[in-house]
Amino acid sequence: MMEHIRTPKVENVRLIDRTVSRKATVGTLYLSATHTIFVENNPETRKETWVLHSLVASVERPPTTPSGSHLVIRTKNFQVLELLVPQERDATDIHASLARLSRPEKYSELYCLSINPTANKEEREESWSFLDLQADYRRMGVPNNLWVGTPANSEYRVCDTYPSELFVPKSATPPVIVGSSKFRSRGRFPVLTYFHQDTLASICRCSQPLSGFSARSQEDEQMMQAIMKANPGSEYIYVVDTRPKLNAMANRAAGKGYENEDHYTNIKLQFIGIENIHVMRNSQQKIIDMGEVKTPSMGDFLWGLESSGWLKHIKAVLDAGVFIAKAVAEEGVSVVVHCSDGWDRTAQACSLASVLLDPYYRTMKGLMLLIERDWVSFGHKFSHRYNHLDGDPKEVSPVIDQFVECVWQLSEQFPCAFEFNERFLIQLRRHVYSCQYGNFLGNSQKERRDMRLRERTYSLWPQLWKDRAQYVNPLYRADHTQTQGMLRPNTTPYCFKMWKGMYNRLEKSAPPRHSPADLLTAVREETQQLEQELTNHQEVAPRGTAHSGTKQGIQTRSQDSSPDEEEADEQQQRRSEDDERNV
Amino acid sequence: MEFAELIKTPRVDGVVLRRPFQPTVEGTLCLTGHHLILSSRQDNTEELWLLHANIDCIEKRFVGTLGTIIVKCKDLRVIQLDIPGMEECLNIASSIEALSTLDSVSLMYPFFYRPMFEVIEDGWNSFLPEDSFKDLESMTDEWRLSDVNQDYCVCASYPPLVAVPKDVDDDTLRKAAAFRHAGRFPVLSYYHKKNGMVMMRSGQPLTGTNGRRCKEDEKLINATLRAGKRGYIIDTRTIAVAQQAKARGGGFESEANYPQWRRIHKAIERSSVLQESLIKLVEACNDQSHNMDRWLSKLEASNWQTHVKEILTTACLAAQCIDREGASVLVHGTEGTDSTLQVTSLAQIILDPTCRTIRGFQALVEREWLQAGHPFQQRCVQSAYGNGSSVKVRCEAPVFLLFLDCVWQILRQFPCSFQFSEHFLVLLFEHAYASQFGTFLGNSAAERAKLKLSQKTVSLWSWVNRPQEAQRLSNPLYEANSLVIWPSVAPQSLLLWEGVFLRWNRSSRCLDEAYEEMVHIIEYNKELQNKVNSLRRQLAELETDDPLQHTE
Repeated sequence: MMEHIRTPKVENVRLIDRTVSRKATVGTLYLSATHTIFVENNPETRKETWVLHSLVASVERPPTTPSGSHLVIRTKNFQVLELLVPQERDATDIHASLARLSRPEKYSELYCLSINPTANKEEREESWSFLDLQADYRRMGVPNNLWVGTPANSEYRVCDTYPSELFVPKSATPPVIVGSSKFRSRGRFPVLTYFHQDTLASICRCSQPLSGFSARSQEDEQMMQAIMKANPGSEYIYVVDTRPKLNAMANRAAGKGYENEDHYTNIKLQFIGIENIHVMRNSQQKIIDMGEVKTPSMGDFLWGLESSGWLKHIKAVLDAGVFIAKAVAEEGVSVVVHCSDGWDRTAQACSLASVLLDPYYRTMKGLMLLIERDWVSFGHKFSHRYNHLDGDPKEVSPVIDQFVECVWQLSEQFPCAFEFNERFLIQLRRHVYSCQYGNFLGNSQKERRDMRLRERTYSLWPQLWKDRAQYVNPLYRADHTQTQGMLRPNTTPYCFKMWKGMYNRLEKSAPPRHSPADLLTAVREETQQLEQELTNHQEVAPRGTAHSGTKQGIQTRSQDSSPDEEEADEQQQRRSEDDERNV
Repeated sequence: MEFAELIKTPRVDGVVLRRPFQPTVEGTLCLTGHHLILSSRQDNTEELWLLHANIDCIEKRFVGTLGTIIVKCKDLRVIQLDIPGMEECLNIASSIEALSTLDSVSLMYPFFYRPMFEVIEDGWNSFLPEDSFKDLESMTDEWRLSDVNQDYCVCASYPPLVAVPKDVDDDTLRKAAAFRHAGRFPVLSYYHKKNGMVMMRSGQPLTGTNGRRCKEDEKLINATLRAGKRGYIIDTRTIAVAQQAKARGGGFESEANYPQWRRIHKAIERSSVLQESLIKLVEACNDQSHNMDRWLSKLEASNWQTHVKEILTTACLAAQCIDREGASVLVHGTEGTDSTLQVTSLAQIILDPTCRTIRGFQALVEREWLQAGHPFQQRCVQSAYGNGSSVKVRCEAPVFLLFLDCVWQILRQFPCSFQFSEHFLVLLFEHAYASQFGTFLGNSAAERAKLKLSQKTVSLWSWVNRPQEAQRLSNPLYEANSLVIWPSVAPQSLLLWEGVFLRWNRSSRCLDEAYEEMVHIIEYNKELQNKVNSLRRQLAELETDDPLQHTE
């Protein structure tokens, strides 16, 4: 990537604070192979701002002014950096360099593949074995006498966007699997994603059937029948089509569509109405634009929120999850979920249903596993959706953003139910875009295997786990009522909030002042030390009042080898908060 | 008058009570002079005790002989009573209507209420003007306590004692009062210890269309300025509204006559607009059938959040003038009893850490709202369900509620800087509208004196300041913060106050549990701290007693 850097260093650049009265700090701008770095001249602070190239969403150059040339860098985590470069030539060079650096053309240019971590083979291999998907299936009781593993997709023969290891109803024979696969978009036939041990009901996922106006497939019908039979307690199954009904009907003209209830025995079709990726992309853009409006009035803000449609879409996604979870847990009915290709809306709906149904997915490790299963393994097109490589902008869409936000909305309603805090969700989303780890590269398991990512990159999960002390929700307790059983959120519109922590992180006038969560975390850390001290004095209090959560050891914070901009920003924020206090 | 005359049917059996998110209760409905009571015959089922004064309006419906009364309360809750028998239902409804709209203040519950608790400290004496003036005297000798309004003749809505500049005599005050709306001449609202700057408040000057002036008024407010210093006049109205006020005899301070003052106009709406806004907001919150677009557009159309933002912005401006510009400030709108008090009291929350304590906040409400003559009784006669069909001039308005909402916004942004929790704010909202205590009765100090409230009723503060109550209202995260706190007024930083507006529209169980969990974590920590500290003490004692130490 070094060859794309036209000028590695520019002095006397001004970093303009867009929120606080346009104050500017003077410093030096550096371009490295991976980061844009701004170092303040002020010898006392020498504050550094780091921006990862892969997190740059756009670089703009407004018309040159007498004071110099402006550069506006917008990042994929909704930050805006405005720079004033004295020489126009330098600005042109930086602009051109960044435009290229932020839009890699090959996977090999991405951070995780271009930066060779001090290769420690064992450590790297270990990082990839941190999560075990098969163990999670076993945790939910699969395989069993109803669901079995099938070798049908080994070497990705039947469906190249599915994982190689799949679970299907015991009665589904190989011809049924292959036949069903032929009747489904991209060969994505119905397979198990979650098994609910209490009711024996299951969640399966697939893509739309190639039904057109009249086509049918005996094998696909047998497959659905087999899924129903795999739940002894129920006479029918739900087929949840997460698309608006009109969209589903329009697909029939293209030879696709949805299940004809007359052809399938005992299915109940349910449309949910989550909009497609293009609608979602535009909607999020409006939210981002709204964040850049200078001093908006309350009316501007609420109108902008409404007209973006963002919360409406968030609600639709959560509604889908709630429908599925209720069907499984309350009615004991199995659900087959699909949209068009079954890798966007289907991933959202299935994973949210799992979060609602199973307390395990509300823990840090559980959520990691869930993303690994419903998103990574089932072929959510990460590289396309999150624009890892310079590609088709119409493929880009904030699909996983919406899932992450739904989890956040749930955590607002159930403050004790999740082991992790907001920071964890933000960091998780950040890494989906950052490409600092190999987990989210490519668009399917097969692509990742072909790239040999396990041999060439590290996995994100152990790193997050190592840093878990900063991601802990202090209110979480494994034995709390909110951590038991199913969550039943209220999805009335007024229960949804704008996620300020995600979209307005750098609003300086309102830093996250003293966050109660951080304060509680500090209190709990102190409590642990006190417990320790008491133990040393052999004067331990009866554990009656102690919280089980406090037994976790204090994690020493380990930093990434390179400081990232998130931390720099935090420092910045802390400083500005101090400023405010010192009025 | 006997309440019994108004109660045609004192008791009905087989009444069914329906409330959202709570189980249905069947029982006997009883009407007393001040309460609507529903008691089930099972021991464990919660009963309903509703103060008639809390009822904002009722609606009746009939299906055959089964009548239904929908009771809409001033605390925004809506409950449904199914009453068998048409006559019973009609009787109950008309009794509730009569009892909830009693004209005479002296028939209100506070005059009948006898406390079931021991009054340790009489709240009526907790916040006397003399006492707060003693605090002022300890900081400055530039002010004096004037009794010019002793018989409420100079200003009917002012208390008998007010703090004014030392060098201004009572005669000047009387003349200035004649020049200000309803006699509300400029008085001290707040003294900023840090730099000696002050905040005053008043009614609008009565300049009228021909630009009348009053030397005494000018002298009075100029007396608060240090030599060569300029002050700010914050007029809570837009310049257009202030101009219009001239036609009705009001107006604003002209540059020519007040050359040492810079006037700034803000845009806090009049109380009738605020009332309409509350009605729209509550309507939007109560309709669960809205889709997202409709909800957001209704929320926007209510303008409630806009009012919150405008009031907070104005308060920040006043605080900024004082703390950052080092200038004194005079705040007024038209009457000086509504938006003016919102601004002066919020500015004090921002500037003065004392106001963020439980007692300090009571003192603030006492000083800046009750003593300052906010017409509580008029403003709180109806809440969000008032249909406005009453013949009286409409004067209800959620002025105090908006103030509490703004405090909640600051509290939410600075969760550790307040000694009290949200519960305290909700409690004040409830009691301002309906209460067993006399604190919020009447419209001014004069009215309260005439009603002899301090002899005949119990003060809310007597109850709140009992240790167990103060404990319940306290904020477990509190850490005294002596600094000025600047809230963000960006739209995305201001949220809908769920604790009031969605209180009855969703289950709060999970949020309550989280709160308990938080309390638990902090209490357990304190418990351990105490244990460790006592151990450390014991260790230290052992070490000093250790004879070996002496030999070393």
